[in-house]
Amino acid sequence: MMAATSAENVLEVSHLSVRFGATQVLADLSFNVAKGSSVAIIGPNGAGKTVLLRTLVGALQFSGTVRWSEGVRIGYVPQKLDLERGIPITAVDFLSARTAVAHKSTAGIRSVLTLVGIPLEVAQQPIGTMSGGQFQRLLIAFSLVGDPNVLLLDEPTAGVDEPGQEHLNQLVRRLQQNQGLTVLFISHELSVVYQNADHVLCLSRARTCFGPPRTILTPDLLRDIYGSEVSYHVHDN
Amino acid sequence: MTIESLLVAIGMAVAAGLIGSFAVMKRMSLAADPLSHVALPGIGIALALHIQPVFGAVVMLAFAALLVWALEDRARATTESAIGVLFSAALAIGSIMTTGEDLIEALFGGAGVLSRSEKVFGFLVASAIVLFILISKNSLVIMMVSPDVARTAGIDVRRLDLLYLEAFALTIALGLRYLGVLLMGALIIIPAVTAKRLSHGLNSMLWFSVALSVSSTALGSAIAAHLHREAGPVIVLVATALFLLSLLARPQRLGD
Repeated sequence: MMAATSAENVLEVSHLSVRFGATQVLADLSFNVAKGSSVAIIGPNGAGKTVLLRTLVGALQFSGTVRWSEGVRIGYVPQKLDLERGIPITAVDFLSARTAVAHKSTAGIRSVLTLVGIPLEVAQQPIGTMSGGQFQRLLIAFSLVGDPNVLLLDEPTAGVDEPGQEHLNQLVRRLQQNQGLTVLFISHELSVVYQNADHVLCLSRARTCFGPPRTILTPDLLRDIYGSEVSYHVHDN
Repeated sequence: MTIESLLVAIGMAVAAGLIGSFAVMKRMSLAADPLSHVALPGIGIALALHIQPVFGAVVMLAFAALLVWALEDRARATTESAIGVLFSAALAIGSIMTTGEDLIEALFGGAGVLSRSEKVFGFLVASAIVLFILISKNSLVIMMVSPDVARTAGIDVRRLDLLYLEAFALTIALGLRYLGVLLMGALIIIPAVTAKRLSHGLNSMLWFSVALSVSSTALGSAIAAHLHREAGPVIVLVATALFLLSLLARPQRLGD
């Protein structure tokens, strides 16, 4: 990764390919992400959505170019993690570790916990005892403690209860709109994609596409991507 | 035991407690044992060359840690098979190269008087390991939860992983004179496992683990001296007894 994008782009990806041994996961993918925009990544299981985000954070080898603009601070929320249940690390330990690595004070931790809806008494328990939804909120809190200007979210609300999902989606939308964060998120919820994204990147073995939701989320294109009929009705309001 | 030797032993125990805490949290408990076996051929080579055995062990352990690190990017099964085969072979080779009293001492530790160079090595390495953990504990915690997330926090994950593995290997080297190739892994793992049962947070885990490791070493050495036995096995038995005692403590949270 290197920093040299044109002024309005936070991220420029060109001819990106990733392969694991003989399996080609991403092939010749190119797209740009404008500063302050919200990009939804959609596609069927196995299309390489998570691989794409992991490549963007520098975890995987690739060919092609990935250029982040200068001064980018990435907050990354990975998919479900395989954690040792009895690990004696509390949410506060985990968030304090982040502030210590960034040489910042721990003063902001309490407000971030409130922001994502984790009560303090839960944050003082070992993270292995948190529910899936609470842990997902913690990962979002962790990404925010680093004061990011780009958020990469891999199904951030998976396992979160319905009201919690709405709360977190609103939170991300607010951060994007009020603080100008650039957001790339993976989602299987087409209604959320439609509400939160101004661009959609679709990945599938059949085709890739990039454009505004109204152009991408058409029945024909969705059928091409998912390989079967996807019932989704776009409300014009 | 002289004051100097006692201080070296305590330094070793502190390092083992700290390194062990992260080994247990990283689910590396089973790796400690085969890795420590690699020290044996190093001891054999050092004896053949008439140099201090511990330095031969250090070279072999450092190399083994590098090998584990290099293999880590591969599939987990590949790494585990490689460790299983190579490190057990190392034990066999080492057993052929080292014989008689030397072999027993290398396997289970032996009293003997620490040479000046061994004491200096012990002090320096124990201090370096303690310093490394104190400086890196936050980065290690983040890496343990998710290496990918750690990368976005600006942590050089591969470098930190190598440093940790080398610190782990050096901790084994520190304990060879007291506990030997077969038992040092136990002093790294058992107090940390006990500490994990008793702790609710990172700092209490580290403190408990160090306290348990140091008390096992001190109490074990004292009992061994009283019974005229080698210290290593008694130290490990004391650590095990403390673990069994911790089982009596009522589990206080889910996930234990």
